[in-house]
Amino acid sequence: MASSRPCIDAQRRVFLRRLSAVGPLVFGPDGLRAQAALAADAATKKIPSTGEALPVVGLGSWITFNVGNDRAARDGCAEVMRAFFEAGGRMIDSSPMYGSSQGVIGEGLARIGRAGAVFAADKVWISSGARGPAQIEESRRLWNVARFDLLQVHNLLSWEQHLPTLLQMKAAGRVRYVGITTSEGRRQREIEAVMRSQPIDFVQITYNVVDREVEARILPLAHERGIAVIANRPFQEGALLRALLRHALPAWAAEIGCDGWAQFVLKFIVSHPAVTCAIPATSRVAHVRQNLGAARGVMPDAALRERMARHVAAL
Amino acid sequence: MTEWWTYRLQDFLMFAPRTYYRLFELANSELWPAHLPTFGIGVAVLVLSLAAARQPRCAPPACVLLALLWGWVAWAFLWQRYASINWAARGFAVGFALEGVLLLVYAATGVTHRAAGPAGVRRVALGLWLLALVLHPAVAPLLGRPWLQAEWFGIAPDPTALATLGWLLQVSPAVRSPAARLLAALTWGVPLLWCAISGATLLAMRSPAAVLLPAAAVVALWAAWRSRIKAPSSPTAPRRSPV
Repeated sequence: MASSRPCIDAQRRVFLRRLSAVGPLVFGPDGLRAQAALAADAATKKIPSTGEALPVVGLGSWITFNVGNDRAARDGCAEVMRAFFEAGGRMIDSSPMYGSSQGVIGEGLARIGRAGAVFAADKVWISSGARGPAQIEESRRLWNVARFDLLQVHNLLSWEQHLPTLLQMKAAGRVRYVGITTSEGRRQREIEAVMRSQPIDFVQITYNVVDREVEARILPLAHERGIAVIANRPFQEGALLRALLRHALPAWAAEIGCDGWAQFVLKFIVSHPAVTCAIPATSRVAHVRQNLGAARGVMPDAALRERMARHVAAL
Repeated sequence: MTEWWTYRLQDFLMFAPRTYYRLFELANSELWPAHLPTFGIGVAVLVLSLAAARQPRCAPPACVLLALLWGWVAWAFLWQRYASINWAARGFAVGFALEGVLLLVYAATGVTHRAAGPAGVRRVALGLWLLALVLHPAVAPLLGRPWLQAEWFGIAPDPTALATLGWLLQVSPAVRSPAARLLAALTWGVPLLWCAISGATLLAMRSPAAVLLPAAAVVALWAAWRSRIKAPSSPTAPRRSPV
């Protein structure tokens, strides 16, 4: 089986994954060391503009973290974040559009003591350019972080007004990276134009094993221009996984360490040379661990990626 | 919004179904025992509306009670709770508060029992009341969710809107003027609009209950139309009810 990364022994992978769940309880400090090893094991890719390494699987918050004032659900989200960091995750992505998600993230980060470890990615989403800074400050307050690592113009809304503000913030050291977002193949030409003309660090687009339009122009352009790529909606908000779960995982998927369709889809996404990370959203601890599992072991090469796409298309 | 035709209904749903249903569970837990007086008010409005057939003075107090419930739902559910997961909910709350104001104006400017129409229309009105007070709360357990997530009249917006449609079928302006007709039309507008919004929300969540409110709205509109064209002309001039 072709692969683009040295294989991690499957038994070790399973052992480490199980250890991550029970380590602190059973092994005390040793368990914690094992968890640290597990976190270090997660594959990373470099952000082209700086060379900073970023784990290839992040955490989205659309829908899943918008739980309002529901105490039990907020606690659940904090546990998802705890599991995410324990498994080696870093980037969490949100937006003012996502209801209560920003506040839920901020509360969870404070509770698990990870506000300093997170790669905080948020967006500006407001028609008025003049009101952008106030919205960003409100978002920062909700996240309870000193500054955002990445600020993006959400769905290109008033990007002509917001991008200069974000670039000024970056120059002043008030944000580390700047980007733009879109979803589900919308406004591709405009995205391309911004990528060609603006000094952005990140572009966020929809990409998965069935939504592959960006392979034609956006991903090659990102590679050419040295722009990091965040893949959103990797599971089509669950619809793709629900469809795939009606079929058996092909036996050859085990050879690249996939223990389920979620890892199959994520490995396909993050193994594209131009993609920096994917941001699946979930409200379940088991799922976030499974998602981070896709950042380990063998990654498919170009030939295997085509086989994966053909297999899914034929289902 | 550019490329608006590429958006699906689901794209506008910003919360998970379980989060939405938990809203009702938490509201029921936190607002209890407010359910008892709100249900009592519902029964009182129904009784007053029926009594208004013989005693027109009963119609305005019913209208005021209903107005208070719209204001309460706007504040206690939409503003305080739903807005925590849906930024559009504050707009919904304003709409519900507006309906409360419209109902108060309706009561102040004259509302009376609707002139006798086809029996089918009266049955539709009573059916909507029955749906709002008794049947709609059973939707949650019928669809496999706990009773704690039931939506109650005067607490949740859906049964409140359903009952109001039933009530609107039972009454008409006491004064036949263009302004009075406009006011009556506006009081229909908010619950009808809510039926569409709630139906769309539930449809986006793929709930089988999505059809309930839009279907009730269509039936109510049909009954209102039937009542309008089939009601015999009143032998006496309509009287303005005292407020």
